Amino acid sequence: MNWDVIVENLGLYAEGAKLTLLLAAASLALSFVLALPLAFARNSASPLLRYTVLAYTLVFRGTPLLVQLFLIYFGLAQFELVRSSLLWPWLSSPLVCVLLAFVLNSTAYSTEIFAGGLRHIPAGEIEAARAYGMSPWTRGRRILVPAMLTRSLPLYGNEMIMMLHATSLASTVTLLEITGVARMITLNYYVQFEPYVTAAAIYLAMTFALVTGFQLVQRRFAGYLENRIG
Amino acid sequence: MTAGYVATILAAGSTTLLLALSSLLVATLLGLAAAFATLSGSQTLRRIAGVYTFVIRGIPDLVVMLLIYYSLPALLNQLTDTLGWDMRVEFSPIIAGVLTLGLIFGAYMTETFKSALQNIMKGQIEAAIAYGLSRRRLFLRIMLPQLVRLALPGFTNNWLVLAKATALVSLIGLQDVMFRAKGAAEATGKPFTFYLVAAGFYLVVTILSIALLSWLARRFELGTKELAP
Repeated sequence: MNWDVIVENLGLYAEGAKLTLLLAAASLALSFVLALPLAFARNSASPLLRYTVLAYTLVFRGTPLLVQLFLIYFGLAQFELVRSSLLWPWLSSPLVCVLLAFVLNSTAYSTEIFAGGLRHIPAGEIEAARAYGMSPWTRGRRILVPAMLTRSLPLYGNEMIMMLHATSLASTVTLLEITGVARMITLNYYVQFEPYVTAAAIYLAMTFALVTGFQLVQRRFAGYLENRIG
Repeated sequence: MTAGYVATILAAGSTTLLLALSSLLVATLLGLAAAFATLSGSQTLRRIAGVYTFVIRGIPDLVVMLLIYYSLPALLNQLTDTLGWDMRVEFSPIIAGVLTLGLIFGAYMTETFKSALQNIMKGQIEAAIAYGLSRRRLFLRIMLPQLVRLALPGFTNNWLVLAKATALVSLIGLQDVMFRAKGAAEATGKPFTFYLVAAGFYLVVTILSIALLSWLARRFELGTKELAP
């Protein structure tokens, strides 16, 4: 066993953990904002809108995130138009590509989760809001969105954990988040065991913290749903 | 030329499916065993199953794979060195892949099977015991048919995630769809085209799986809807 290597490089792991958390938080925040309107579009009365969103979520949920990441990071360079465009300095950066792939992927999953939550709101709640004379905007803000989010909480918690874990894929395009750091140390010191075990332990601790925090949030905001049938 | 590369990529579909189906088999067996362990009377068994699902579900798939492909042989080799045995442990990518995905999705299957087992009506099991059915018959005739129906939605989800997760194994050198796509992308300088072919392959697998498994679910649900209160 050679744990000195790990102790020497703890600073690198801390940097990696920071990047992991940043990637997960940024992807989740952006995809949350995008998924809210898309969830309404997914349940819209217009078939065109409904099926367009369905096509998007099907494609992004039906293909591996790794493929999506490679399509964006390696794939876009194939087009002269992209390479000569003003966006190229951004699109050639691994960080931007990773965020783009993560946001597109997570938005697809979150949209379906929220759309499912929206479909499970009892019709009575919406009718009551209408009977009170709420405008569509007020109804959405006061009734639909809060009810949709509380009903989506358990599944959205899973999505947050999935996203945290998915950030490990960023190591495949040279980013030094936790997995990238572990990989670098195995290559530099030629030890195969300790670096990955350390990375796994960090992810485990992060997941545990996330799950615990999420249970508190769930009890606070969705506790009223627990003893209710339907 | 492009057509040739596309054919090579799609030909590797058999490797991807072999990996996915073998992993599914391992995951199902592991999940069943761990589900029975979590519901068993023995505290030790419950603890072991609990630690297993907690640890595996707390670590990213990629890291579990790197642990099994790189760290586990390193550990085993250190062990054999200290014992003075003259042997080197090494996994091939496919073995490491099946082990990894089997272990990961076994943990997800555990949750699926556990809640399915809990939802089998107690009265039916009691009736079977009262009729004097042996444990084996109780499982095969009473529990298994209901388990299939109750676990199918979760099972379908796990399979869909598993089929996509196989792409990770290309990173340790398994010559699957993703690996061939990478090869074609690098050889031709057309990465978008060939990664898109790979994406199309996974999408078709997903859509076919959804169609097949929802048809199965409808078959297994025959007769239950009308009886429900």
